[in-house]
Amino acid sequence: MTSLRRRLFVLLTAATGALWLCAVVWIYVGSRIELERALDTRLQEAARMVHSLVASGNVSAVAAATPFQEDGYERQLSCQIWSFDGRLVAQSSGAPEGSLAQAEEGFADRDIGGEGWRVYTIVDANKGVRVAVGDRIGLRTRLVRDLVLGLIAPALFIVPLLGALIWLGLGRGLSPLNRIAGEIAARDGDDMRPIADADTPSEVKPLLRALNGLFGKVETARRHERDITAFAAHELRTPLAGLKTQAQVALAAKDDLTRVSALQQIVTSVDRATRLTRQLLTLAKLDAMPPSRQHETIDVGAVLQEAIDACKVPDGIQIKIDPALRGVRVRGDRECLYLILRNLHENAIAHTAANGAITWRGLADSGGLMLEDEGPGIAEDELSLVTQRFYRARGTTSAGTGLGLAIASVAADKLNMQLALSNRENHRGLRCTLLFGPRFAGAVPARS
Amino acid sequence: MRILVLEDDPVLADGLRVGLRLAGWTVDAVASCSEALAALATARFDAIVLDLMLPDGSGLDVLVEMRSAGDTTPVVLLTALDEISDRIKGLDAGADDYLGKPFDLDELAARIRAVARRKNGRADPVLRAAGIVLDPAGLRAMVDDKEIPLSRREFAVLSALMERPGIIRSRSELEDRLYGWQDEIESNAVEVHIHNLRTKVGRSKIETVRGLGYRLRVPSP
Repeated sequence: MTSLRRRLFVLLTAATGALWLCAVVWIYVGSRIELERALDTRLQEAARMVHSLVASGNVSAVAAATPFQEDGYERQLSCQIWSFDGRLVAQSSGAPEGSLAQAEEGFADRDIGGEGWRVYTIVDANKGVRVAVGDRIGLRTRLVRDLVLGLIAPALFIVPLLGALIWLGLGRGLSPLNRIAGEIAARDGDDMRPIADADTPSEVKPLLRALNGLFGKVETARRHERDITAFAAHELRTPLAGLKTQAQVALAAKDDLTRVSALQQIVTSVDRATRLTRQLLTLAKLDAMPPSRQHETIDVGAVLQEAIDACKVPDGIQIKIDPALRGVRVRGDRECLYLILRNLHENAIAHTAANGAITWRGLADSGGLMLEDEGPGIAEDELSLVTQRFYRARGTTSAGTGLGLAIASVAADKLNMQLALSNRENHRGLRCTLLFGPRFAGAVPARS
Repeated sequence: MRILVLEDDPVLADGLRVGLRLAGWTVDAVASCSEALAALATARFDAIVLDLMLPDGSGLDVLVEMRSAGDTTPVVLLTALDEISDRIKGLDAGADDYLGKPFDLDELAARIRAVARRKNGRADPVLRAAGIVLDPAGLRAMVDDKEIPLSRREFAVLSALMERPGIIRSRSELEDRLYGWQDEIESNAVEVHIHNLRTKVGRSKIETVRGLGYRLRVPSP
């Protein structure tokens, strides 16, 4: 598990540390150069000073003029005066055994008795002497080291402090995430209200928006599931309640008339339960069927006739079939098409009053067909809901199973056909349009 | 008692109408919320049996509208949803009791008796007054410890009088209790039943208050 806080902490600390290290290197190099230059200048000046004393003939004073300090940096400078014939004329007290001086005038690094020296030599041809002033390179290095250590020592205290501040700062910076996490963790399992995003930082807002969007979707899906469960429970349990009540009435009835009537109601109820069971099994079969099994050429007109013949039509309802539908052929599963047409037809019959008409028409270029009834139609906001299982539109009687349009819709999906429901524009009633789909467009009606 | 049943399934509605009549009550059945509201506006019921899913809305809407209008008639909900949250929702909307489908007809009758009893402020399931004991569950009547046979309608008239002893029940009130919308009322039916009752329970126990109605005569203490 990765912690954002830990990761940011490591990154920030490493970056700060690296910056600090760079600064130390920079200061070290920079100080060293500056120090070398300052010390070199001092060497040069000291050499000139000694030389001017030599020039004025006061050689014995040279030794006394040598700087003398007692702080660990004592005897920084050593001075030697050599005559051209190789005789040591004078030297300061801290001067090394070997010769500091060199042949030419100017700066040089020399190794004397295993110790590195920085030397400045002045060659005085008039007096016949060489004046050499030098200091130990070891001392110089120590000076730079002490300087840098002086810089690093406080850093050793500051770095942990900085680390702690970064850690705390990250904690504060990430607190909106912790707040949201706490809020979600404290919720009930079915609390899908969106999380308030008023005072969240802009970086967290997209996450929150996505989360709230997800909450919304889950809530909708759950409500949908609850609705379907509720509808199904109602459709399945109400007939059972009717059966049981009627059976108890038949048992308790003291007169034959009541008993016979109750038994007749039981028979009616069993018939309806049988139909419901058939529809449920049909739906289960459709659900289990793999999509687009299209291996037959189907005569739409013949299937429609078969579907219409299978339905009992109450007296007074007129059924009209467009002759253009005869001979239209599509490829697909015959049973699926039969289920679509039969359930649409049953639905139209159930909602059309006596003296009404049900009309089947073919669409132009035979790309589909259309069914129009003269029933009450369906409220616009319910058009998309009536194809859900067990959904009953407002104001409909409980005569149907609540599954007819669901079956038609699922079967249409299996055939890759499009089933659309709409209210008729200029007339009372529902229009169901079945489009055979792009694959079927232009399916040529076979002229017989 | 007169019961209103709101149920849209024709078989179940018929079963309830006939079955609750067997429990000694007058039953009116309606199949939609709008019919139920119309029924409630025109007649007085002693209890209501309410289905939840109806073609024009939810039975809960009817319940809420009733309760907000101050109607205190006891309501028993019938529903296919039996999750606890649904039960709580129904009871909190103002229902007095709750039965999940499918249910037992005798249990429904017992629950209706219970809520009606509580509505009338009684705890005793048996009605006792003027030496008469009436058992609504068993549809039995005892006068001075002797059981007397009563017809369904005689029983209904007697229990109306015994629910509030000493209080006058008008003729139309009694007719409301005896006849649903589908029943034909004979013009002197109540008088006939009262007459028959008097011969069975004792002439002096039921008093006619001229022009107002009838009441059970309670011996003054």
